[in-house]
Amino acid sequence: MSDPTLLSARGLRLSFGAIPALAGVDLDLWPGEVLAVVGESGSGKTTLLNVLSGRVRPDAGVVWYRDPDGALHDVHAMEAPLLRRLHRSDWGFVHQDPRQSLRMGVSAGGNVGERLMAAGARHYGRIRASALDWLAEVEIDPARIDDLPRIFSGGMLQRLQVARTLATHPRLVFMDEPTGGLDVSVQARLLDLIRRLVARHGLAVVLVTHDLAVARLLAQRIVVMRRGLAVETGLTDQVLEDPQHPYTQLLVSSVLQA
Amino acid sequence: MNGYNFAYLDEQTKRMIRRAILKAVAIPGHQVPFASREMPLPYGWGTGGIQVTASILGREDVLKVIDQGADDTTNAVSIRRFFAATAGVQTTTRTADASVIQTRHRIPEAPLTEQQILVYQVPQPEPLYRLEPSRAETTRMHALAEYGAMHVKLYEDIARLGQVAISYDYPVMVNGRYLTSPSPIPAFDNPKLHRMPALQLFGAGREKRIYAIPPYTDVRSLDFEDHPFRPHRADAACALCGSRQSYLDEVVTDNRGGRMFVCSDTDHCASRRAAGCEGVAA
Ligand SMILES: Nc1ncnc2c1ncn2[C@@H]1O[C@H](COP(=O)(O)OP(=O)(O)O)[C@@H](O)[C@H]1O
Ligand SMILES: [Mg+2]
Repeated sequence: MSDPTLLSARGLRLSFGAIPALAGVDLDLWPGEVLAVVGESGSGKTTLLNVLSGRVRPDAGVVWYRDPDGALHDVHAMEAPLLRRLHRSDWGFVHQDPRQSLRMGVSAGGNVGERLMAAGARHYGRIRASALDWLAEVEIDPARIDDLPRIFSGGMLQRLQVARTLATHPRLVFMDEPTGGLDVSVQARLLDLIRRLVARHGLAVVLVTHDLAVARLLAQRIVVMRRGLAVETGLTDQVLEDPQHPYTQLLVSSVLQA
Repeated sequence: MNGYNFAYLDEQTKRMIRRAILKAVAIPGHQVPFASREMPLPYGWGTGGIQVTASILGREDVLKVIDQGADDTTNAVSIRRFFAATAGVQTTTRTADASVIQTRHRIPEAPLTEQQILVYQVPQPEPLYRLEPSRAETTRMHALAEYGAMHVKLYEDIARLGQVAISYDYPVMVNGRYLTSPSPIPAFDNPKLHRMPALQLFGAGREKRIYAIPPYTDVRSLDFEDHPFRPHRADAACALCGSRQSYLDEVVTDNRGGRMFVCSDTDHCASRRAAGCEGVAA
């Protein structure tokens, strides 16, 4: 893979007191690729996602992002307005808890439309048409466009968050346990949906999950985190079928036993 | 004026407020904090506007004070008397004769000139406060010009009601940069904010903020391309002067449910009547 990367991290370190949440992590992401970050709880996955997306500053290390014109940006050296613009347009963030990014007092259509309006859309009819399209894409009945998310089920809320995130056609989406906290059958439907959307829109995704089955279903490549270190990186199938690191072997076998 | 400095405030306070005003004029629509003083009137009576007026008033000024367009309400009369007593300035009810006009909730109907200053009494200077309660957060939103949330509010109104349901304090973009509250004037008055020849100063006493719209500044009411801003006016003529252009108040005329529409701007209405215009009740 010698093509230019979309996102590259080198030597990321971040400690919370005595806890090294990131103890020197390198990572590369290519355009249109889904990369899963797996590992047990507390291994530093969420911290890594927050540092990669510029939301949290590392103690050391650098994150490079290549914009559509090919220019490289040091994410943590960017001016705040520029980084925020990136988050509103080229990038998206899907949280485990959709309430973190949705406005619960604003209609489903308003939630999808907000990203468009923040990016400068000023034509009501087109904003609404786009919201209707995106609701249909995430399998929410477009007739519910004016309903408040308050009355939506957990699965619908998560699908609404996905619609809102994708409305501005980002190239890169960060997802933190997007199916966590949902019933198994609801999870399966959401995973299926995410897989289709990622393929249709050619999205690059950094997907944090503690669930190897989720990684297997969505990701081409996988990074295994343990105590703030990336202990193994490779193609998903290879890593899961022939794990090299003892910790990955343990992780894979414990899933197989379960 | 025994015991008072000219226009009540001491000179040091006035200088502090003038500095805030200069800053506000330099950054149109941006809210500038100032050390609001206790005034011998309660908040809600226009202490912010009074402090601004006190700081810009000179001995030669002619002051007009209106409340909802009228010169003769308790609030307007009290403020006018206050400055007549503490500054000894001449006062007037005639818009054309005034050099400083302090107002609550209206812009006069008569076009203002470069020789005039309009001072607004502002209860809530922050246009985003209903959407975002945190002052730190709204400050950040202004700094980054992130006003998507305000457009969401307009979107929600149109989706639910078919139109934007803001009839007062309709948010505006000043000089293409800052989202600004025009104070609770009717949306009908918003077009007058745009490129007004007079300097417009806004004082919020309780919230300790001053902001300004310098003469001839672009002021746009927020809207959508396909739902353009439309100032609303009751479809009626003033019962006293017959005007079909001025902003109207609906007043109850008796206790049997009788009502009529009259100009909210009392000076405007009186001038028209003096010039021979008549409404149905005249
Ligand atoms: N804001 C924080 N303050 C203190 N410790 C934190 C903070 N965020 C994470 N940690 C610690 O850093 C380690 C990694 O956490 P996290 O990145 O959330 O792991 P994961 O997402 O893999 O569960 C954990 O030990 C966690 O307790
Ligand atoms: Mg986590």
